[in-house]
Amino acid sequence: MNDTVAGCNAQPFLEGWFTLDAERPQLLGNRCVACGTVYFPKLKSGYCRNPDCDGERFEETPLSRSGALWSYSNAAYQPPEPYAQVDKDAFRPFAIAAVELDKEKMIVLGAVVAGVGVEQLKVGMTMELKLGALADGKLTWMWAPAGAQA
Amino acid sequence: MSTTRDIAILGAGMHPWGKWGRNFVEYGVVAARAALADAGVPWRDVQFVSGAATIRNGYPGQVAGATFAQALGWQGAQVNTSYAACASGSQALAAARAKILAGECEVALVIGSDTTPKGFLKPQPGDRPDDPDWVRFRIGITNPTYFALYARRRMAMYGDTLADFAAVKVKNAEHGLSNPNARYRKAFKADEVAASPIVADPLRLMDICATSDGAAALIVSSLAYASRIGKANAPRVAAVSTVTPSFASALVEMPDIATDSAIAAPAQSFRAALPRKAYEQAGIGPEDVSVAEVYDLSTALELDWMEDLQLCARGEAAHLLRAGETRIGGRIPVNPSGGLACFGEAVPAQALAQVCELTWQLRGQAGARQVADAKVGITANQGLFGHGSSVIVKR
Repeated sequence: MNDTVAGCNAQPFLEGWFTLDAERPQLLGNRCVACGTVYFPKLKSGYCRNPDCDGERFEETPLSRSGALWSYSNAAYQPPEPYAQVDKDAFRPFAIAAVELDKEKMIVLGAVVAGVGVEQLKVGMTMELKLGALADGKLTWMWAPAGAQA
Repeated sequence: MSTTRDIAILGAGMHPWGKWGRNFVEYGVVAARAALADAGVPWRDVQFVSGAATIRNGYPGQVAGATFAQALGWQGAQVNTSYAACASGSQALAAARAKILAGECEVALVIGSDTTPKGFLKPQPGDRPDDPDWVRFRIGITNPTYFALYARRRMAMYGDTLADFAAVKVKNAEHGLSNPNARYRKAFKADEVAASPIVADPLRLMDICATSDGAAALIVSSLAYASRIGKANAPRVAAVSTVTPSFASALVEMPDIATDSAIAAPAQSFRAALPRKAYEQAGIGPEDVSVAEVYDLSTALELDWMEDLQLCARGEAAHLLRAGETRIGGRIPVNPSGGLACFGEAVPAQALAQVCELTWQLRGQAGARQVADAKVGITANQGLFGHGSSVIVKR
């Protein structure tokens, strides 16, 4: 699996959740104009969830591309559908990261790019956003140690 | 708060946990009859049936209160059904407590029962991009992922080790050995936990609880009714906290893929909020607690709960564990029933099973797993979509 491919045929698994910039992708959230709270995924109800805010206007905002690794794990077994399935023997465990974005003050989960296992991760290290392909070829966001060769 | 806010627990009953493959109504009737017999209360005296719903057993599961009222024999009681994920049982208990304290009934049956499918819990089929549960499974994030993230965080922040997590399993397995309602009654050694396959690093298979069939029931009443039938000294429910989280969430909660942004409002722990409200309701502090039943969906999560319950300072749960203080015989025994490690989770019954255990502990009827002179017990659990609960029982 090539974990940073964003060829012209590659489609995201969800439209509008992240940019398709192969080198510097960004998650796309939205931001309450009144209180500044950022939402990812984008808030669609049209009403800010901050209980002390009556905001009803939101603007799209790309999220920070990097943050500190808050915690991590892996999927040692193939997750059930809708995770795109491969033959049991072909499944390779993949790491999962929870990354704390400083500016947005939020933690975002994602798979870690192929080839980076939990033994290469350490809480606190800087992670950056990349794109990677799911087994059905659809692109998703993935986390990678900052500066690592993909 | 004055004792007039308390209700009495007259009876507790269970159907043993297992993978029996039978209809959930059967288990519930067994538990209800056991609770009625334990209470010495005739079925016709029960004026309110408060059921915890199961979402996996069709229409009868969604109207559990009525289902059990009919199965036990319609006798004109009022019914209610609560669904609050893992806290469903507590929410059913809260409904009965409100009814009793409002003077609308004297005696209530609170009941939860479930039959679970084999294997891991799976998401509903179909493409649902607006459903966070669909999104997270789509990118490969399962339930154990969340427990594993919390566990790894403990290791990084507090120096907890895999040996600590294994020690939780060993302790709970030892506690549950003699519990007739537990599904798994087998002693474990730490190296057996370590040798079990990794599911979600750092958690092994033996660190994570299974799903089970099972049922639990309580007969609760006003204090006046309890006195009338000679049970003025029955254990009492002193608090039922079912608060929602407060924005902004401090932890990524299942099934979300992100926390709230804490730009405009401070990040707050949901788990810690649940017992805080319970202590406030009961007018009791963590220093008064003699025994706790907490939701050990994973071994490491038991340590988080101990801190959320303020049984020790943040980061110090493993110290108590290592010192043997959370074993029966220690200063603050945790999960004397054996916990989810020995039961496996039967969602609508589990929160009530915790209260059943505390009832037996406070009566001194817990046999080989008795916590000496237990006076105050507290439960804690958390489920999906902002549901959770903490119940305080005292005598």
